[in-house]
Amino acid sequence: MLSVEHLKKSYPHSGGSLEVLRDISFTVEAGEFVTIVGPSGAGKTTLLRCLAGLLPRSGGSVTLTTSGRVVDSPPPEIACVFQDYSRSLMPWSKVGRNVEIPLKNKIRERGKRHEQVERALREVDLDGFADSYPWQLSGGMQQRVAIARALAYRPEFLIMDEPFASVDAQTRADLEDLILRVRHDAGLTIVLVTHDIDEAVYLGDRVVVMSGRPTTVVDTVTVDLPRPRSQIATKALPRFAELRTEVLKLITRDGAEVTA
Amino acid sequence: MSVMATTGRRWYAKPAGVIVSMVVPVAAVLLWWFASLDSTSPFFPSLQAILSAFQETWLFTRVGSDVVPSLGRMLAGYGIAVVVGVGLGILFGRFPLLHRAFNPALQFCRALPATALVPVSIVLMGIGTAPKVALIAFVTVFPVMLNTIDGVRAVDEVLEDVSRSFRLTRLQRVFHVQLPAAAPQIVSGMRIALSVSFVLMVVTELVAATDGIGYVTLQAQQSFQVPQMWAGMLLLGILGVLFNGAFVLLERRLLRWYSHD
Ligand SMILES: Nc1ncnc2c1ncn2[C@@H]1O[C@H](COP(=O)(O)OP(=O)(O)OP(=O)(O)O)[C@@H](O)[C@H]1O
Ligand SMILES: [Mg+2]
Repeated sequence: MLSVEHLKKSYPHSGGSLEVLRDISFTVEAGEFVTIVGPSGAGKTTLLRCLAGLLPRSGGSVTLTTSGRVVDSPPPEIACVFQDYSRSLMPWSKVGRNVEIPLKNKIRERGKRHEQVERALREVDLDGFADSYPWQLSGGMQQRVAIARALAYRPEFLIMDEPFASVDAQTRADLEDLILRVRHDAGLTIVLVTHDIDEAVYLGDRVVVMSGRPTTVVDTVTVDLPRPRSQIATKALPRFAELRTEVLKLITRDGAEVTA
Repeated sequence: MSVMATTGRRWYAKPAGVIVSMVVPVAAVLLWWFASLDSTSPFFPSLQAILSAFQETWLFTRVGSDVVPSLGRMLAGYGIAVVVGVGLGILFGRFPLLHRAFNPALQFCRALPATALVPVSIVLMGIGTAPKVALIAFVTVFPVMLNTIDGVRAVDEVLEDVSRSFRLTRLQRVFHVQLPAAAPQIVSGMRIALSVSFVLMVVTELVAATDGIGYVTLQAQQSFQVPQMWAGMLLLGILGVLFNGAFVLLERRLLRWYSHD
């Protein structure tokens, strides 16, 4: 379980400081899919970098309760998929190598490592692309490489920062379903931030709604939609519409605008 | 590189392109040949005389005694500069405080005119191979190092996050992320260093030397063997072009990923 308590983050800013995260608390149970929705510039990336141990906090705590470890540096249980796939992959390395490099310290044996790389690429339907360069692939495929890299790492927690924000609508729907599928297969615990309410409701077991900056948690909405979910059937459910309205209300009550 | 440039390269690869790019050099050589055919000027001997001096001197009497030592010293100095320059560049690029501490000294050393260092190197190290190699290395280390520092500093912060979050070791980060990310800048530093080392190869052979292409050419000038002097120029020109060509090939291999879009 991942537990976030009274997390605060300010950046130094022209002499003073810029308060981005004011007070963020929530927990993520093992096996749960938690989505965090917040307006642009609310500090979603900031929050995820704090969760992943990439950014020092200004206050509060992030704890992995299974190991009792306080997240002060990147822990081995967490893998990340970053917002901008075009910057998160190494353009000088082929796809296979991009996935393999993080495994070097985990799996010493080369043959086994390659097996795991291949399996991860198969999971995201990219078998046969190990010898391509990332820039030879479409945006959606590149983000799948980034997902494969995270999956191959075999984390307990997968942390994703608006992973589908910069692909077209159809690719986005495909990638959402891909994540639901691999999550089911690998039994992953996932935290995903997005500014898209539909996406947050469609994917999550719970939706944590954030305010605009300085950011706090407005409320948490439990998504009682049946699984497996489907782009057409799930989104056609009256309950889906109710939930997204509920989230939308929470956000607009805060006065910030969000793409619905 | 842009799409235009890529199609451009393809166009050059066609036989027609090769022919077009040969027109000017061939015309220049023919012009030189016929214009100088019955030259009586002691300073501008006929191309014929130059070529026969070239054959006599450089094919291949003085290859072992002078060309090989020249190129050996140049490549040794250049090689040292590349290894040391990249190594120090990574170190300074990753540790800004260290860079700050050393920067004034580095700027001072870099500002010294290379040619003025020739007598200094002789006083310090004598007249053998060592002072020449050392001088070439000392001067050419700067373009490599400074470009490496810039390149390493400019590594995308998202990639920094990626390497930290996947817990790459320091060494893995150097070899899988920082070096390749800085490669375009490192290569352009290496290109500058290569031409500087070529110049210094000749310059170091003009003072207190006993062999080398520069030495032979200077000797020819001082003993009024003007065709031999011109032959030396010809050889240097050919070598320069060859080095450039070899470097372009290396660059294409190293930076295949860089020139894609
Ligand atoms: N390293 C930094 N130094 C200073 N300020 C920063 C830094 N990173 C982010 N900020 C500021 O913090 C605020 C939140 O940024 P962040 O990137 O976390 O928002 P976000 O919700 O991810 O935005 P987006 O929806 O655009 O991805 C912004 O005002 C940004 O300018
Ligand atoms: Mg962001």
